[in-house]
Amino acid sequence: MRGFGPIVVVVAVLAAVPLVVHSNVVLNFLVIALMIALAGQGWNILGGYGGQYSFGHAAFFGTGAYVTAILQMRYGVNAWAGFVIGIAAGALAGAIIGALTFRSGLRGSYFALVTLAFAEVLRIIASVAPITGAGVGTLIKLDVRAQAFQFQSRAAFYWIVLALVALSLLMAKMIERSRFGTWLVAVRENEDAAQALGVDAVTVKSAAMVISGAITAAAGCFYAQYFLFVDSGIAYGTWISIEALLTPIIGGVGTVFGPLLGALVVKALGEGARLLTGDAPGLDLIVYGAVLVLVIAFAPRGLIGGLPRARRLLTRASPVEAAHG
Amino acid sequence: MSTRHYPLSRRRFLASTAAATGSLAMPSVLRAAGAPVKLGVLHPVSGALSYSGTQGRLGATMAIEEINAAGGIKSLGGAKIDAVLGDARSTPEGGTAEVEKMNSDGVACIVGGYASNICLATTQAAARYDLPYVVDVGVADGIVNRGLKNTFRFGPGFGVIAKTALDNLVKINDAANKPAKTVMIVHEDSLFGSGLAKLLNAQLPGKGFQVVETIPHPTPNRDFNNIVLKIKAQNPDIVIPADYYNEYVLLARTMLQQHVRPKAIYSVLGGAASSYKFVKEFPDAAKGIMDCNHWFNPHSDKALALKKKVEAKGQFYTYEVYMNYSCVGLIADALERAASPDRAKLIEALASSTWSGHVMPYGPTKFVNGQNQGAAPVNTQVQDNDIKVILPPEFANGKAIFPMPA
Amino acid sequence: MLSPAILIPAVLNGLLTGAVYALVALGLTLIYGVLHIINFAHGALLTAAMFAAFFAYQAGIDPYVAIFLLAPAFFAVGYALQRFIIGPASHGDDRNMLLVTLGIAVVIENALLYAFRADTRTIDVPYAFQSVDFGFTFLAVPRLVGFAAVFLVALALWLMMGFTDMGRAIRAVAKEKLGAELAGIDVAHVYAVTFGLGTACVSIAACLLIPSYYVNPSAGNAFVLVAFTIVVLGGMGSVPGALIGGLVIGVVESVSSLFLGDSLGQVGIFIIFIVVLLVRPSGLFGARA
Repeated sequence: MRGFGPIVVVVAVLAAVPLVVHSNVVLNFLVIALMIALAGQGWNILGGYGGQYSFGHAAFFGTGAYVTAILQMRYGVNAWAGFVIGIAAGALAGAIIGALTFRSGLRGSYFALVTLAFAEVLRIIASVAPITGAGVGTLIKLDVRAQAFQFQSRAAFYWIVLALVALSLLMAKMIERSRFGTWLVAVRENEDAAQALGVDAVTVKSAAMVISGAITAAAGCFYAQYFLFVDSGIAYGTWISIEALLTPIIGGVGTVFGPLLGALVVKALGEGARLLTGDAPGLDLIVYGAVLVLVIAFAPRGLIGGLPRARRLLTRASPVEAAHG
Repeated sequence: MSTRHYPLSRRRFLASTAAATGSLAMPSVLRAAGAPVKLGVLHPVSGALSYSGTQGRLGATMAIEEINAAGGIKSLGGAKIDAVLGDARSTPEGGTAEVEKMNSDGVACIVGGYASNICLATTQAAARYDLPYVVDVGVADGIVNRGLKNTFRFGPGFGVIAKTALDNLVKINDAANKPAKTVMIVHEDSLFGSGLAKLLNAQLPGKGFQVVETIPHPTPNRDFNNIVLKIKAQNPDIVIPADYYNEYVLLARTMLQQHVRPKAIYSVLGGAASSYKFVKEFPDAAKGIMDCNHWFNPHSDKALALKKKVEAKGQFYTYEVYMNYSCVGLIADALERAASPDRAKLIEALASSTWSGHVMPYGPTKFVNGQNQGAAPVNTQVQDNDIKVILPPEFANGKAIFPMPA
Repeated sequence: MLSPAILIPAVLNGLLTGAVYALVALGLTLIYGVLHIINFAHGALLTAAMFAAFFAYQAGIDPYVAIFLLAPAFFAVGYALQRFIIGPASHGDDRNMLLVTLGIAVVIENALLYAFRADTRTIDVPYAFQSVDFGFTFLAVPRLVGFAAVFLVALALWLMMGFTDMGRAIRAVAKEKLGAELAGIDVAHVYAVTFGLGTACVSIAACLLIPSYYVNPSAGNAFVLVAFTIVVLGGMGSVPGALIGGLVIGVVESVSSLFLGDSLGQVGIFIIFIVVLLVRPSGLFGARA
């Protein structure tokens, strides 16, 4: 189990937080951050390791959230079973979208656009289809019992989402060390070369999309259980597509801890900006956007990988010229 | 973290330093004052709903200023209300995070939420702490149907609004000897529009109307020309729009461009129909539009005084303002009777509230399962570049003009 | 109910709306054709330009006159954005460019929110409600003006691309960046000029929209996804493609909303979008496969 040490340590430290910190403000903050980290880890498998930048991961998040909510409310399925089925539905959505897009050979900007369009189509359908509650959305009945996957204490939710994040970290690490991971990275670095070496790029990318869809859907399922309400704007809105890609990119794209670090930093930054700017709507998001640009400019491999590079760039005479080289 | 204590604002800071210097002169009076009661004021002041949220916050803070200026909560030794402002960022997550902060800040009660999906999340988060929560607008019936003991809604819910709208439509049509038979519904496709369209489609045929077509559209919708073409082709007697402000304005303007003038435009919670902004900016498009919506009591002096004050600040007197203003009054009254900021006592006082000091056409408050039973919308019509209440008769200050003269 | 009396006006409406879509798409496709990036800040720039047109009107300048002020101003904005922010920050990597434009979009949109709040603003020009009576339908004057203006802009752009040194340089860079660089063309400058032209297109679209539309900090977004669709349909980088694609999408949207209603009518656009991407990603007019 070499290489898994850091994961064990990080998860153990995070797991101890509720024992020390009793403030629900902090716990709620961490729950949301971990949920976003989970969605981001899903994106990271496909985008970070596989180099396929999706702009529509809301398709998976929303599918997970809706499936969990609808199964419980319309079909009386147990919440825990609904959760698992929701994740499976996300994997299925990944398989379908992956099969369609990768078989057509879509890459780069085209792939980004088509994923965006899939999420939009799902959003529009969810906002009119009767089964999703159309515009009214689906409300999960308040029923604070462990069997119903609802808990009185924030700490319980915190440990659950942390467990999911821990699983996603393990999966990322295992992928990194597996042959599959090597193929995935090869496809990212040079798809044509990888194919020449006998890697079946379409299959590898499609498999990554299935895993990616499942992980991001888990975040969606968790959202539904935590807030007990889903509508089309929450489930399939662009907000989650953007958060899912921002966190790994800021934290460190294609790294195990990138999404987790990114989510914590981005969320803390949001709160910090709000604290600094006080009651000024919009100002915190300006900071948010600016940081994104700055991270790409000075640490294109994210906070984890980019700090040495930032130092190098800053000491260079003219980073502008370098950028065009 | 946008939760900030209101006294930090400059005006309040100046006021409190003034009070401090004053205390040198008459210390005994001020020392008798009780510790301030913290009240969470939670609105979506950033994001998609920020206009409504800001208006709501304005109403709530104005009420707090007035209550404090009038001597605070007397049963608590003149304790001042200390507003803890929060921004729900137009999302349920944002709202929940603010509830957590407000709870750890030790607020006695929270007011606001505005949108239904935010209210659903925030009331539930507050329920964990038995923290009383007064919903300002959020019309989804699910908000008060879940058996949350802490949740009170001062305004009407969706079911009541739809029922009133239907009854009044029949009344108006009957009074004019039933000139209208056919109806077309144009609605935005999220929570309130589609829910309403469903109710209308189920109920209108039983009331002698034929629904010739129901047209949903997304928000935002770029172009209303086709919808107006359809209206023109079907030529219904009444057009019922249920839209948010922007789409409502586009629809009304397009109808004017295409020379489509039905016997009535009768909207339900119409985003712009009972909006002074719309009437002021597009008097021609707004002329004669009827609406069933939240509205202040035009016979209440307090409501009119507040209108003047809001307009003096350069703001429009929108329903978010007076509903939040009233909600804060409701809480102050409950605090007065509970004589304690204790949450359980406050919930009890809210539940037994029979308060009539508000500016709404509701009568005294009476809560059953958290819903104020007297709460109801009224019907308004744009007449002479002003908005008049035309129904119910006891609150009316104008008469319905129907059918519209061509 | 789909008599010609309703179908023909719907098609005409679609053409008029489609022309404005085409103009927004023109800017996008120009940038894509040369820089090979999708400019996610396009919608935010459109919103910013709509605000500029709004305030120009407040200052007494008619939106149609404001075109001659805003187009150069937004050219400069676009030029500066590409030259000093997007170019240097993205290190020449396409994926980074996507993200940088996304970051810029977030900044612009929220700066507008911070400065002007979320209020919806409209202007009330005397001709906003005027319509021309064609006997079988009314067509609104602002939309007819917009239609004509879009073709003028497209013509001007076509002339510029074909008959000026800058136009030739842009085409050279679009075709063969490395070769153009070796031939002594300042690629960074050409990139920035292209971005500026795209942004100028958006500002003209804003001036054409504002008389009959509204502006708030997220108003531009409504047009961007459609513009993406048009760019894909017409072939990324193709100017005539964007023009024809815009008109086609306008008509498709208009007619499909008659059949499906406006909510699902939008799905029609995205399904076309996905199908075109999957089946013929080079678009109907694109040269590149």
